[in-house]
Amino acid sequence: MRMRFLCWLLLIGVGVAPVSLAAQDSTLTVGSKMFTENVILGWAAAYTLQDAGFDTRHREQLGGSRFLWDALVRGDIDVYPEYTGTLIEEILADTEVTPATLRDVLAERGVRMTAPLGFNNTYALGMREAHARKLGIETISDLRNHPDLRVGFSNEFMERSDGWPSLRQVYNLPFTAQGLDHDIAYRALTNDAIDVIDLYSTDAEIQRYDLRVLEDDRGHFPKYEAVLVYRADLEAEAPAAPAALARLEDRIPADTMRVLNARSAIQGEPEREVAAAFVQRALNIVSGDVQAPSRMDRVQTRTAEHLALVGVSLLFAIGFSIPLGIIAAKLRWVGPAVLIAVGVTYTVPALALLALMVPPLGVGYVPAVTALVVYSLLPIVWNTYTGLRDIPPPLMESATALGLSPWAKLWCVELPLAAGSILAGIKIAVVINVGTATLGALIGAGGYGQPILTGIRRADMGLILEGTVPAALLTVVLLALAEGVERALGRGPAVSDGA
Amino acid sequence: MVTLTDVTKTFGAERAADNVSLHVPEGQTTVLIGPSGCGKSTLLRLIIGLIRPDSGTIRVDGTTLSDANLRTLRHRMGYVIQEGGLFPHRTARGNVTLLAKHLRWSTTRIRDRIEALLELVQLPADRLDVPPPQLSGGQRQRVSLMRALMLDPPLLLLDEPLGALDPLIRADLQTDLRRIFRTLGKTVVLVTHDLHEAAYFGDQIVLLRSGQVAQQGPFRELRDAPASDFVREFVQAQQSLTTALDT
Repeated sequence: MRMRFLCWLLLIGVGVAPVSLAAQDSTLTVGSKMFTENVILGWAAAYTLQDAGFDTRHREQLGGSRFLWDALVRGDIDVYPEYTGTLIEEILADTEVTPATLRDVLAERGVRMTAPLGFNNTYALGMREAHARKLGIETISDLRNHPDLRVGFSNEFMERSDGWPSLRQVYNLPFTAQGLDHDIAYRALTNDAIDVIDLYSTDAEIQRYDLRVLEDDRGHFPKYEAVLVYRADLEAEAPAAPAALARLEDRIPADTMRVLNARSAIQGEPEREVAAAFVQRALNIVSGDVQAPSRMDRVQTRTAEHLALVGVSLLFAIGFSIPLGIIAAKLRWVGPAVLIAVGVTYTVPALALLALMVPPLGVGYVPAVTALVVYSLLPIVWNTYTGLRDIPPPLMESATALGLSPWAKLWCVELPLAAGSILAGIKIAVVINVGTATLGALIGAGGYGQPILTGIRRADMGLILEGTVPAALLTVVLLALAEGVERALGRGPAVSDGA
Repeated sequence: MVTLTDVTKTFGAERAADNVSLHVPEGQTTVLIGPSGCGKSTLLRLIIGLIRPDSGTIRVDGTTLSDANLRTLRHRMGYVIQEGGLFPHRTARGNVTLLAKHLRWSTTRIRDRIEALLELVQLPADRLDVPPPQLSGGQRQRVSLMRALMLDPPLLLLDEPLGALDPLIRADLQTDLRRIFRTLGKTVVLVTHDLHEAAYFGDQIVLLRSGQVAQQGPFRELRDAPASDFVREFVQAQQSLTTALDT
């Protein structure tokens, strides 16, 4: 019994490919935000660095502006594509800063930026062309006469100081807006579910869906010139890197960017290939690593990443939870506190828990695993507690009356008798863990969540399935494994442990 | 062998042991008897330290029970309960050998001891490889007895050991138990609610009522010289039942 229990613990760890826990110092890390254009620019930046001889890694789709900025300042990433308007209005909103002083203010925070890459991707509001024509709406001011229009804005736009809050004031707009994912907002608009959305002026969808961009007649939106921001350390540690990034300056006019966006967002070409084709044409950079991996390769990589998240977090969760469950069952005063504390962790939404891990732990594998461990505690702790508490009193008294030491009693009698309940808890943790680990992609931990995220962004059902189907299969396999262990425990010969 | 001095134990308002002083002589079988709730099981559980007295002292084999020596003193006591005391996740053998293994007995020593015990309790050897739930009630009690006797303790405590058995098996095991007690010459404390069983096993009988000793002595003394009306009524009630059945 004891051995089988240990084997079960070990089995979870088997096949978990070891992954690098932290970036190596010699590697340069590019980050990008969660939308197509930024991902393409991220790849383009990564290729120029690679071409300059650096080991380069691109952490795609890490999060929103604030998230990327914090990651840059903290040193989790070295470079990411940003927009001057975002820096001034959002990131440095609490500072006196103008386009002229931007460079100096950034330098005070250990950050440098390239010259503009060549296009201004400002915010704008858009409507279906036919609808706008029918209502005679051409400018944002015209919206005031139509208070019954349904308005949906991207979540970031809803919050930013230069977004909806100030836009509404400047134009005195009468709407209650709802927050949406940017890519979902386009689909909602074309499906006639909403009437007005925010968009970026280089969005490929403007032409594709025949949208009217409303004129910013009061000049509300600042300029959003694309730049690359990078850590000032690079100038000393890798002087060739800023020079490499500078090759992209003034090379990407708005219409070029719109075409690149369209190839990826509409024709479904991976951003890395779109960016590779661009740098080859514009800068004559031959990127070695452009050959897109096959679906099989991708699934394999994602599976290894996902198993590393699930397996390692489960091992830690089991390692923490069983002792916690024992403490909860044994110590009358601490017990309820443990149970309640563990219960409270579960009331934090998984997404929020991931976000909470980032300030102390950065982005990537470690914070994702930590969040998963925290999230897996509840079922195992509670089931260990219940399993130990439900042992019939005559058995407990027999064990005591024999004169076994407390540890021997726990190990030889109590834990084996509670094993069924503990295993049930572990099974629940497996299911929760495989599902929750898909969120790890949001903070750069990879796994099955990566194709799901990309798939949602590109409305590519195939990509979404590429993440969800293996996740479902993995759950089935892990549960079958647990089932096998349970059978071995339940039906195998009882332990005689004697002569 | 066992001496209780002014032992009191209360559960809430109920006095399960009310200032009890009692001596269990070495090498004899002492039976604790009385109506439900009289505190007979409580006394047994106090002796093996499953519960601790509110006041008073308990001496076993010359040593006063304390938290410090409880565990090693338990190795000098075997404990058998009515049923449900065997661990279902271990075979009968695993149950019997658990403590010896824990104390790092050698394989040979364990094997020899098991052989002797099988002979003593009259259990077929193949029954040892079965988990307890697959044994009959009588076999389970024989395995429980083996487990209690494994370390050859001088003191044996039994709490209604025949209580859950059907009549035929019960008669069978009763005979075997007395033979075993006589053979081993151990100090035995047995709890029952059945006066015939008490008379059959007991060198001395301790009749309890509401946590107090009503009378203590051989069965004959309780029958012929009851110390109180309660003792007389208790003895007569059980005797008249048998008489009624006999005629």
